[in-house]
Amino acid sequence: METKKTSLYKLHQDNKARFVEFAGYLMPIQYSEGIVEEHKFTRSHSGIFDVSHMGQLFIYGDDDLIVDLEKIFPLNLKELKLNHSKYSFLMNNDAGIYDDLIITKIEKGFLIILNAACKENDFKILSEILENKYKMVLDEKRSLIAIQGPKSVKILDDIVNGVEGLSFMSGNWFTFEDQKIYVTRSGYTGEDGFEISLLNDQADKFTKKLIENGAKLIGLGARDTLRLEAGLCLYGHELDKDKTPVEANLKWAISKDRVSKGNFIGSYTINKQLNDGVSKIRVGIKPEGRVIAREKTKIFNQSDSHIGEITSGTFGPSVNGPVAMGYVENEFSKKDTKVFLEVRGKKYPANICGLPFYKKSYVKGANK
Amino acid sequence: MSEVKYSKEHEWIKLDGDVAIIGITKHATEMLGDIVFAELPEKGSSVEKDGTAGVVESTKAASDVYTPVSGEVVDTNQAIVDDPSKINEDPEGSAWFFKLKMKDQSEMDSLMNKEEYDKFAKESAS
Repeated sequence: METKKTSLYKLHQDNKARFVEFAGYLMPIQYSEGIVEEHKFTRSHSGIFDVSHMGQLFIYGDDDLIVDLEKIFPLNLKELKLNHSKYSFLMNNDAGIYDDLIITKIEKGFLIILNAACKENDFKILSEILENKYKMVLDEKRSLIAIQGPKSVKILDDIVNGVEGLSFMSGNWFTFEDQKIYVTRSGYTGEDGFEISLLNDQADKFTKKLIENGAKLIGLGARDTLRLEAGLCLYGHELDKDKTPVEANLKWAISKDRVSKGNFIGSYTINKQLNDGVSKIRVGIKPEGRVIAREKTKIFNQSDSHIGEITSGTFGPSVNGPVAMGYVENEFSKKDTKVFLEVRGKKYPANICGLPFYKKSYVKGANK
Repeated sequence: MSEVKYSKEHEWIKLDGDVAIIGITKHATEMLGDIVFAELPEKGSSVEKDGTAGVVESTKAASDVYTPVSGEVVDTNQAIVDDPSKINEDPEGSAWFFKLKMKDQSEMDSLMNKEEYDKFAKESAS
């Protein structure tokens, strides 16, 4: 399969991006300043992320669609207000995660943002479950751009007047040069920010405006260190078909009354795990020294038994030290439990810790 | 002090009497990106030519550091362990990695000079 390019490819090139293939797309891993500088700039100013490789799935339908989607997602979609978003999962019958996603109620249906590597499969699964009853568009004509960091609200509001009024996890249609763009207040860095869905042929011009106003392009490398410091999961690492939302410590995203009624795909397992507990669970892990424990690093307890594995680990530039997430046996998941990480044949001490590593500064309410 | 020599694994080495000072090249640091972790061999240990003698990690990945010559480790640079970003700042100067008492000075002969290394680095980067 040929590698795809996003509408911002040339802009990335002009900004001296170093590219990497990710989920079939040629994406910028970093620009000339490097991951640490890009990470810090996002935390202190405003970073622009090209996330156009992610899937933008529009599903159109009325009340029947809501009923059918509630058979798939563990959410109260009937009560989801227009232009409000929820984090959720597409699961198999055993509650194994096919993908994690953001679903937003829009007029005449829903917009679902899917992971790039999963989007084709998600589309297939959803089409089958929904029996092609509804119009579904995995929109390739639109780009998706995120802007994240404390200065983002001012920078974006100067270009798209009114976005300042959005509350966290809500969105609306705005206009940019006479075209409709959909903006949500959300993100994946632990910072206040927005995601903007707009037509491909506007993406370059729009992004250049953000840059003119003081934001900088940020690559996937810093996106990973930012999300890890924020304690957020990355599909294919913290989440996959062999892990459930309860094991991933994401039960906050499951609507309680939906669990008690139990009529969605995976509900049996979810219900059972919520009642009986789980054998493994996702935790934050902080190595004591400077050593970095990367994905697949084995975790041991104090009596040298193998109790789990790291799923993501790197150096956190804002924490100024190594950070990691992983799965451990439930009895070792308490905060401050001492564990050991096997790196290059040596065991290094670490502690189970709360997440996030870096405190979020999301905007909670609308500031109208 | 002698001429600085270079290895294909992107280490530099210079001789001060029979002691060799070894570090990684500017080109290597540019390829690695921001270095956030460094591990050095133990003082007093022996290392063999082309064997591993440390690790550097960037935000992205870990890479082994090799020694271009054999010898006994007589000193290591704790400053780069405490603050690995120094390696990006001055890789071919103050951010040296370790010093070796060399076993066989003829091991220097197979290494590249600056001109040869620059050509090699340029070719291996493209």
